[in-house]
Amino acid sequence: MIVYLYDRTFDGILTAVFDAYSRKTFPDVLLGEGEQLPLFCEETHTVITDEAKARRVWKALRKKLSAAALSCLTISYLSELPELDMPLFRYIRKTVDSPRSIETNFADEDVLMVTNTYRKVMHERHRMLQFVRFQKATDGTYFALHEPLYNVIALGISHFKDRFADQPFLIYDKRRDYGYYYDKETLTRVSFAEKLPHFLTGKLNEELMAKDEKLFQELWRTYFKAICIKERMNPRKQKKDMPTRYWKYLTEKQK
Amino acid sequence: MTEQTLEKLRILTESAKYDVSCSSSGTVRSNKQGGVGNTLGGIGICHSFSDDGRCISLLKIMLTNYCIYDCAYCINRRSNDIPRATLSVTELVELTMEFYRRNYIEGLFLSSGVVRNPDYTMERLVRIVKDLRTIHRFNGYIHLKSIPGASRELINEAGRYADRMSVNIEIPNEDSLKRLAPEKDFQSVFQPMKFIQQGVLESSEERKKFRYAPRFVPAGQSTQMIVGATADSDKDILHLSSTLYARPTMRRVYYSGYIAVNTYDKRLPVLKQPPLVRENRLYQADWLLRFYQFKVDEIVNDAHPDLDLEIDPKLSWALRHPECFPVDINKADYEMILRIPGVGVKSARLIVSSRRFGRLTSYHLKKMGVVMKKAKYFITCGELEARGVNELRPERVRELLLPAPKKKTDDRQLSFQFPDEP
Ligand code: SF4
Repeated sequence: MIVYLYDRTFDGILTAVFDAYSRKTFPDVLLGEGEQLPLFCEETHTVITDEAKARRVWKALRKKLSAAALSCLTISYLSELPELDMPLFRYIRKTVDSPRSIETNFADEDVLMVTNTYRKVMHERHRMLQFVRFQKATDGTYFALHEPLYNVIALGISHFKDRFADQPFLIYDKRRDYGYYYDKETLTRVSFAEKLPHFLTGKLNEELMAKDEKLFQELWRTYFKAICIKERMNPRKQKKDMPTRYWKYLTEKQK
Repeated sequence: MTEQTLEKLRILTESAKYDVSCSSSGTVRSNKQGGVGNTLGGIGICHSFSDDGRCISLLKIMLTNYCIYDCAYCINRRSNDIPRATLSVTELVELTMEFYRRNYIEGLFLSSGVVRNPDYTMERLVRIVKDLRTIHRFNGYIHLKSIPGASRELINEAGRYADRMSVNIEIPNEDSLKRLAPEKDFQSVFQPMKFIQQGVLESSEERKKFRYAPRFVPAGQSTQMIVGATADSDKDILHLSSTLYARPTMRRVYYSGYIAVNTYDKRLPVLKQPPLVRENRLYQADWLLRFYQFKVDEIVNDAHPDLDLEIDPKLSWALRHPECFPVDINKADYEMILRIPGVGVKSARLIVSSRRFGRLTSYHLKKMGVVMKKAKYFITCGELEARGVNELRPERVRELLLPAPKKKTDDRQLSFQFPDEP
């Protein structure tokens, strides 16, 4: 079994493709650096991510794939799923080897896997648009903590910038420990070493809340309760469309 | 904004919640300099799901639940003794803006009971949407329910600010409507629908000439029918829907299983539970009309005036037409692939685009998300196949596909979702 070790970046995968063609050996497994090697390992190669090599592979892909297929590749990678590595690698390899694009051949397992992963990531981005909840702080900033399944904050943030152009906000990914701050002009990627309590709980302390913030939360919870038709209670559908893992930070689901 | 607003919000939400439409689909509008909000088009965003599993996309609320009319099926009818309230324009505008800024909602769905007369009420509604758009520069979604009997002038003004307008038919048959809602008739419903349609058509003519001419309800109109409050069949309901969809601006017909809110009224049936399975089947049939290229007569007709409650309408059609099967996955037209039970729009597209690369087998179909449990009786893909609908006969296939009887079936647990335009 041939194992390639790489740094778990998208450029890293592209570099791995480049290396494979120049070494003429193709990996059976891709692993992140420091991960447990399989038992029977004939050969390992450590990929040193190299922007120039990555760019050359990308250029080759651009000649064959449509813009939609290209973004399908990069966006699927935001899933951070290790099981995507090999299908993605093989998809790229088949594209390089094939005279025409294979992007619409969904009978190919690798194409289907990458496409389905892309769909899942886009769905998670959509959930960010749905379930982010802001709380207004005394300084006028709207704060939201979010914990998406995949790494989608960067993908969804422009939606918030367009929609809330006239209000400063901060959306922070708790699990991946970074976020974006918007000051009514520019978006800045931020990461805080020291964390105030609301970066852990998602809830602003009352002394940090803007005037009326508490009332509006209360109003929203009142609305949420009143809109339900008791004769139609259906908690199963509710959980299917709004999985419980998001409830932690939903204003309407707080006490 | 005070604690009292809480109570008013509660009352007016309780009064508005029986209108099932909630979608925020259909308009693309980016934010403008100095404004707040945008709309995305496509399917719209559901921000939450209430305990009844329904999507919460818009702040669905009434301006007031006082009403001079006495519609039998409505919780707000004047003869009901319920708590009544009225929100001020400022309160309503502030609620909308503050909810929106916290990403609770996509916008506002505003309706109202009729106070004094239709135009007086409509004027108040117009005032709110106008304030939101012009003073508060709100670019989010606005759905305005038109007041039956409102004048053309007011509807024309409202249409300049609203994304979508709706006039609910409620009862699919004019005689029943008059019996249950003495102040209404088809004229009071179809007239405003026509005004909205004319407004849209005129404005799109204008916009051909002047690019910046104002848009008029860019997301078109919708309506709702109550299911199960009268004896009307699914055929009556779906024929009306299909007539409405043939009109240029009608985007959605909603079906609302009748909830017995006024049990004392002898003109209405006594239902222990709202007919949710039937409602679900109607949505599936509606779906077939809009996205699967079915004609209404194929779904319901004189021989089959009502939808089969046990199986979905597409399967039901297939079982009535075994002569159309089996369908060859590798050769048949897209339209025919779509008609295979167990194949959805997404998998039909995957099939058609992939088979150019090579033969598809049942293995591929499964991977593409086809429900083989159903589809296997209706397809061929050049393999050794299981016995299909013609060998087994439709009755037998129906039996095989019926859900296994559970000990306690709760028909409220159906999870069919009806997202908007795909
Ligand atoms: S006019 Fe509307 S609010 Fe008034 S009773 Fe009839 S349905 Fe209800």
